[in-house]
Amino acid sequence: MINKSDDIIVMTIARLIIPFIQLYALYVLMHGHYSPGGGFQGGVILGASFILLIITHGIVEARKKISKKAITLFSSFGVFIYAGIGALCLILSGNYLDYGYLSKILHVDAAHARSLGILGVETGVGLAVMAVMVSIFINISSFGESAPENNTDEEE
Amino acid sequence: MKFKILSLFFIVITGIILIYGVAGMPDLADPDSPASRHVSPEYIQNTYKDAHTPNMVTTILADYRGYDTLGETTVIFTAGIACILLLKNLKGRKSHD
Repeated sequence: MINKSDDIIVMTIARLIIPFIQLYALYVLMHGHYSPGGGFQGGVILGASFILLIITHGIVEARKKISKKAITLFSSFGVFIYAGIGALCLILSGNYLDYGYLSKILHVDAAHARSLGILGVETGVGLAVMAVMVSIFINISSFGESAPENNTDEEE
Repeated sequence: MKFKILSLFFIVITGIILIYGVAGMPDLADPDSPASRHVSPEYIQNTYKDAHTPNMVTTILADYRGYDTLGETTVIFTAGIACILLLKNLKGRKSHD
């Protein structure tokens, strides 16, 4: 179990820096079309920001912001976005994951539709990677307990 | 002991075959290798036209090789789910034993 840090410097710096890490993660995710980056890298940076929150503010405090259920849902939702975009292309009479056919609902030409399709897919990858990283970290650091209150219940 | 010598023999034979196979590969960054002559120019010339994405790596990763990336994401998802299932109530299970 990771407890709240008792160092005010660590906590303040973490609180200041976490929003910027998350903003940078979104930048890496969105800017994958123009520079190195994309879903995997952006997702890992986003996950690292949540892990920093857990390390500095303790798992009890962090759980108010990111519940385990939400994290598990996010990890499957990321894969669902990816597979869903692929299936959407299939429904729009294209091949599976052929984003060019998304132009029928996005009202842009095929090349732009492929660009937007890549962005959608990368978002799904980023969500899944972020959620899985945080989920693995929470599970290992809390020995898989569903809630920290369970620990005190068992001791009574 | 006999078994060890036999397995060592097979490992050495397999290694020799693999090294022989590597010798037939094209040189690193050889412009005349099949990949550099056929696949790479196709991607370099067509990525921007096909997907309006300046970063070729992103286009190849998410568009031309979309199935591969879908598989990678599924692998990561499976790792997360396996971690949850393995560690679920690890402490509770221990105290009951």
